[in-house]
Order: sequence, then C-alpha cells, then structure tokens
Amino acid sequence: MDALFFWLFAVVAIVSSVLVVGQRNPMYSVLLLIVSFAALSGLYVLLNAPFMAVLQIIVYAGAIMVLFLFVVMLLNVTKEDEGNDPKPRFVIGPGPRRLGAVLAVVLAVQLIWALRTIADAPFMADGVGTTVKDIGLRLFREYAFAFEATSILILVAMVGAVIIARKDR
Amino acid sequence: MDPQLIAHLGVIGFTFFMLLNSAAVLVLMERKVAAFVQQRLGPNRVGPWGAMQPLADIIKLMMKEELRPKAADTFLFYLAPILCAAAAFAAFSVVPFGADTTFFGLLDDPVKLVAANVNVGVLALFAITSMGVYGIVLAGWASNSKYSLLGGLRSSAQMISYELSFGLSLAAVVMLAGSLSLNEIVDSQQGYWFGFIPKWYIFLQPVGFFIFMTAAVAETNRAPFDFPEAEQELVAGYHTEYSSMTFALFFMAEYIAMATMSAVAVNLFLGGWHGPFLPEWLGWVWFLAKVFLLLFFYIWMRWTLPRYRYDHLMEFGWKWLLPAATINLLVTAGLVLRYGW
Repeated sequence: MDALFFWLFAVVAIVSSVLVVGQRNPMYSVLLLIVSFAALSGLYVLLNAPFMAVLQIIVYAGAIMVLFLFVVMLLNVTKEDEGNDPKPRFVIGPGPRRLGAVLAVVLAVQLIWALRTIADAPFMADGVGTTVKDIGLRLFREYAFAFEATSILILVAMVGAVIIARKDR
Repeated sequence: MDPQLIAHLGVIGFTFFMLLNSAAVLVLMERKVAAFVQQRLGPNRVGPWGAMQPLADIIKLMMKEELRPKAADTFLFYLAPILCAAAAFAAFSVVPFGADTTFFGLLDDPVKLVAANVNVGVLALFAITSMGVYGIVLAGWASNSKYSLLGGLRSSAQMISYELSFGLSLAAVVMLAGSLSLNEIVDSQQGYWFGFIPKWYIFLQPVGFFIFMTAAVAETNRAPFDFPEAEQELVAGYHTEYSSMTFALFFMAEYIAMATMSAVAVNLFLGGWHGPFLPEWLGWVWFLAKVFLLLFFYIWMRWTLPRYRYDHLMEFGWKWLLPAATINLLVTAGLVLRYGW
C-alpha cells in the first residue's frame, strides 16, 4: 500500500516538475508547481512526518505560490516570449541562454553526484523524531542561531521591500 | 469486512452528506433570516413554510444554460469551481463533531466521529483552507473579464491578509491545549471552574475568539467583508461569468466554508460537544446547537452591517487585527509559561 502511494506521489512530482519547465503558459507552470509541492507533501506523510507535510502545503503551496500567481496574473504574460530566433542554439546562442546552459550542466552534475552518494547515507537517522515537539526542540536548541539569523534576513528583506515601494521619499 | 472500517466509512459518508445538506439548509436559513430582519415573509410558496425552496433552487440551477466566455481559458475556467468546492469539503474532514462512540455497543472499540483523525488537525485545516484561495484567483483570471479579475484579486488579497491573524489566534489556543489535534483540544475543555463556568477557551481567550471570528468572516468572504462580490462595484466579483452548476459550486463552497469555520470555532473556543445536562453520547446535539448559533450570528451580521470600504478592510487587518493577535499570542505564551495550564 505504502509502495503504491510512494510511486503515485513520486511519478506525479516528477512529471509535474518536468511539465513546469515545458509549459509555454506561465499560469499553468505555476499551477503545475503547486501540484508538484502537493505530491512532495504526500511523500512527507509516507515518511511519517505529517508536520512537515502540512508545513509544505501551508508555506510553499499556500503562501509562496499565491505570490507567484499574483505576479504572473498582474504582469499578464499569457505566452512566454520566444524571441525571433527560430532555432534556439543553447550553447553558442546569445548571453542569457549560454548562462542557462552552463547552469543546467552544473545542476545535472550536482544531481548525479547527489544520487550517487545518497545510497550510502541512512534513510532516516534513528532517534530523530518528526513530531512537532521534536522539531521545535531541535530548532530552538541546536539550530537556534541559524533560525534567528534566517528570521533577521527575512526581516531585512521585508523592510527593504517596503522602503523601495514607498512613494513619499 | 472489518466492522471498525465500515463504521469509519459510514462516518465519512455521513459527514459528506450532512455538509451537502448544510449548504441547502443554510440557503433557506439565510433567506428566512433576511426576510425576518427586513420584515418580509421570505420564501413561502414551495412546501410548508417554504421549506422546499432549496430543492426548487437546485432544480432551477441544474436546468440553466451553461455559459462560458469565448476568451476564457476553458480548462482553468472549469477547474476553478471544482477546486473551490473540493477545498471546502476537504477542510471539514479534520473537524470532529462528537465524542468517540461504539454505537451503543455495536462495535468493540470506540470509533472517532471525524472523517480523518489527523494529529496535526489544526494545521491541516489551515493548509486546506489556504488552498481555497486558488479556486477564487483562477476563477477571476480564467474568466478573462475585468470584473472577475478584480474580484479575484481583492478576494485573494483579503484572504492572505486575514490568514495571518487567523493563524495567530489558532496558535494561542494550541498553546493552551498543548496539542495540535482537534480531538484533544476539545477534550481539554472538559469540566467546570467553580462548579458552574464551563472550561471553554472563549473565557481564557476572549480576544482570540474575536480575532478568530473576524478573520473567519473575512476568509469566507461574507458581509461585512464581502468585497470580492461587492455588487455596486464589481457586478458579482470572481463568479460574474459563471452560470448554472459551476456557479452553484461556488455558492455551495461559500456556505460549506461558513459551516466549517463555525464548527472549528465551536471546537476551539466553545468546548465542542461538551455541555451540561446531556449525556456524553448526545454530545453532538450540543455541537449542532453551538454551530447553528454561530451560523445564525453570521447571517444576522450580513443583514445588519453595511459593507466596509476596501482600504479600511486592509488597514484594519494589518494595522489592528494582526498586532492584536500578536500581542494576544505573546501574553498567552507568557501566562502558559508562568502558570503552566
């Protein structure tokens, strides 16, 4: 039963992620990304981490993707601009495309490295709980500094955005 | 088959059936209360006391022509109402509505009266309700109409803004109960103080209850916060271009969301199915009575209060409600640390 659900969620996550990149309509890309996040959340449930699963939905699918959707809607880009290059030449093409190609190669190398090394790592460390209490204790004891630093970073970004968006300067 | 499983499936089916019915009953209730407030009779032709009016409405909606704007995005246009209704139904799945029961000894082990007993129930509910906003945004965008788009944008901005205060008011109750499971939160409200004041969290969290209800009204897009469908400005908001059953799905989703929010408020603040006089197995009577009271309050408010102004709504949400919710959370946290409920 668990294996069945694992394959279901895994296939949905991978197919929708591939389609996100393959879409010409950014609106559909955003929606497919939400589907992918939902499938990831299902995988978290299978890993016995319901708290992470729910957070995945609340934070990524619920909050961040709404923001993406807003931007796409308000910019009203219905179709991606394909430019006037009939045959896209990725490596010898102009600037941004060349950078994209390099990034793709780097990503592929990273992925292969990660997949080759993950087999040795333990699937789930023993004695590490996934309940709200366990996560809370680890977050505020062992990783307290990282947690606080991240929150300050986000606060700085927020204040910066407000200052940039202010009219009466 | 395992009798335990059959009982659980029965509970799930029953929840679904009652939610469908609640939408119909609420439509009738809304029209009757509106008539009462405005000194009219309200629907009184179909059936005794107009009680069959929802049925007539459903038949009418099914018979209507299905219209779709030519420039609309077909797939998303039909996906939006389905998403809305699905989120509304799914949200109720984690809400318990009665104490564990063996159905008068028919079962060996008691079964929980909830469709899905999730141990992070409060958060799951929060996650599912936050999915409902997609239905509204997509309806506004896919219709390819300026009224729909404005309605969709307004509604999503409103829902996102009030979700914060909503979440913070939930967190205060979670801290008091020390659990994220709705079942455990209800059970921690058992008993009385001084023998007569029920241990409901509304008495410990009066500010939290006010914030929760305000945010709930804004989340369900009900008056006085019903900007997404402000008739004078936006025709009908995000569902301007919808007709027939697709419209009915939005309509139904709104009423079911109302019922869900009331049920959650009852579980979190009003002691769920605990109450005096009735034995444990009749707890659902208390639950239904409390939910009915809150729903009446919802409808009463709609027909009494005029609509806010949109900028006032946003200002209220960000500058008053959110700070109040934050302070409430901090004070609660301090008290819980000091006295350890």
